[in-house]
Amino acid sequence: MPYSDKVLDHYSNPRNVGSFDATDPTVGTGLVGAPECGDVMRLQIKVNPDTGVIEDAKFKTFGCGSAIASSSLATEWLKGKTVDEALAIKNTAIVEELALPPVKVHCSVLAEDAIKAALKNYQDKQDAGDEAEGESSRVPETAGV
Amino acid sequence: MTKMPVYMDNNATTRTDPRVVAAMLPFFTEHYGNAASRSHAYGWHAEEAVETARGHIAAVIGASAKEVIFTSGATESNNLALKGVAAMYKKKGNHVVTQATEHKATLDTCKRLERDGYHVTYLPVDKFGQVHADQVRAALTDKTVLVSIMAANNEIGTLQPIRAIGRLCKEKGVLFHTDAVQAVGKVPLDVEDMGIDLLSLSGHKIYGPKGIGALYVRKKDPRVRLEPQIDGGGHERGMRSGTLPVPLIVGLGAACELAKTEMADEVARTFALRERLRTGIMARLPETYLNGHPTERLPGNVNISFAYVEGEGLMMGIKDVAVSSGSACTSASLEPSYVLRALGVGDELAHSSIRFGIGRFNTEAEVDFVADLVVREVSRLREMSPLYEMAQQGIDIKKIEWAHH
Repeated sequence: MPYSDKVLDHYSNPRNVGSFDATDPTVGTGLVGAPECGDVMRLQIKVNPDTGVIEDAKFKTFGCGSAIASSSLATEWLKGKTVDEALAIKNTAIVEELALPPVKVHCSVLAEDAIKAALKNYQDKQDAGDEAEGESSRVPETAGV
Repeated sequence: MTKMPVYMDNNATTRTDPRVVAAMLPFFTEHYGNAASRSHAYGWHAEEAVETARGHIAAVIGASAKEVIFTSGATESNNLALKGVAAMYKKKGNHVVTQATEHKATLDTCKRLERDGYHVTYLPVDKFGQVHADQVRAALTDKTVLVSIMAANNEIGTLQPIRAIGRLCKEKGVLFHTDAVQAVGKVPLDVEDMGIDLLSLSGHKIYGPKGIGALYVRKKDPRVRLEPQIDGGGHERGMRSGTLPVPLIVGLGAACELAKTEMADEVARTFALRERLRTGIMARLPETYLNGHPTERLPGNVNISFAYVEGEGLMMGIKDVAVSSGSACTSASLEPSYVLRALGVGDELAHSSIRFGIGRFNTEAEVDFVADLVVREVSRLREMSPLYEMAQQGIDIKKIEWAHH
């Protein structure tokens, strides 16, 4: 299967692999996909509560090269954006940037879902106030690396 | 120097042995006669070469030369065996017995038979991929005309107890077909001892050319009859018309001759390489699982699931070795391997499987290179895998409510 140079680059040198403490109120975590389907993405953002700017982003992905590349790219794009700007990231932009073939479009959809889930998790924590503890029920892990 | 990528996909196809190519070449440019031409030396020479090849093919399965029918490959052989028998014995019955991990050439032919009004029983396999003679016995009815069970599986390498099944079929008076594509040259085969009535084999899986295969059709005790699926000039005892592709047939014959004379050495060598690869990977990586039978398997086949790592993603990391994966991402259907599913391997582990097929031309140095590469890449991808992190933290991945997509 031919991969684009950009997919190969992100696969070989993934950006921002890792984890944040999911219980940190400034961290939003999105976990999407399913192991039986062959891909799971976890995307995390760390937001500056004063400015609303995403200061850092991390991912871990179980999946094919295109899934790894899509999530790696997503973390790059998230950094420096405000939460509102991040909401505007569309999977089609990921498809275009990585030159994903039609059979791999679902990887970009999953990355968009992961972004949205992480942003929602962060927003939910803000809405719940400073006492916010943990995160959405879909993500049970309690500590990052 | 090792050629890159290392070819380790010998269950998919094999390099044509240079000795086979050498045997074939004169039949393109010098001895190019039609084996059916009875009136001149070109034809006689071609016919003689075809009959010599037929003898080598028969010898590797313990048959006589007259019982070998040439086809375009094992897909056609399986089609001819199943459809040909079903049509010819229609008055006797309309029931066929096969099993879940057969090649698609058998399963899809059975699906066609079902659409045409036949009944097909697909026997389940155990966790190693084996079906047992008592299952076949229980499935037989007075309408059963054919049992079709492969000799060895192409994905997981599991050997089926075809001798027990063949003898049962003999006892019950039911015809027995086996798809022996993966087994020829790797497992001793004897159609008499094993009670086989029809047997499919292919050139390109045994270091012969692509585009040629054969079907063994028993001539006595009982004499098996087939409804031909291709009509024409009445070649091959009327069972398969079409001008014989003499160079390909010579190649298949040469490949079978080598398979027979070199089988003992080759089995010992590929088995040793397989064990070196298996232990070189599995002893160094936790949570790896061997798919298929631990001992009753093809000498060169290793199929391993690597927990927390997706198969296609892994193949990208080990692109310096040519292998196959049971991952959905590598198939057009987006479903993980039906063979692994039939064994009860969970979808997440099916997605994580890699098939290594060691063959005649692989070396110890290649095996060591591949083992190191796989260990390194699996470790790297696990560090990148959220599932691995969860498992390290003691989270049961199966208890998470995943959003299926």
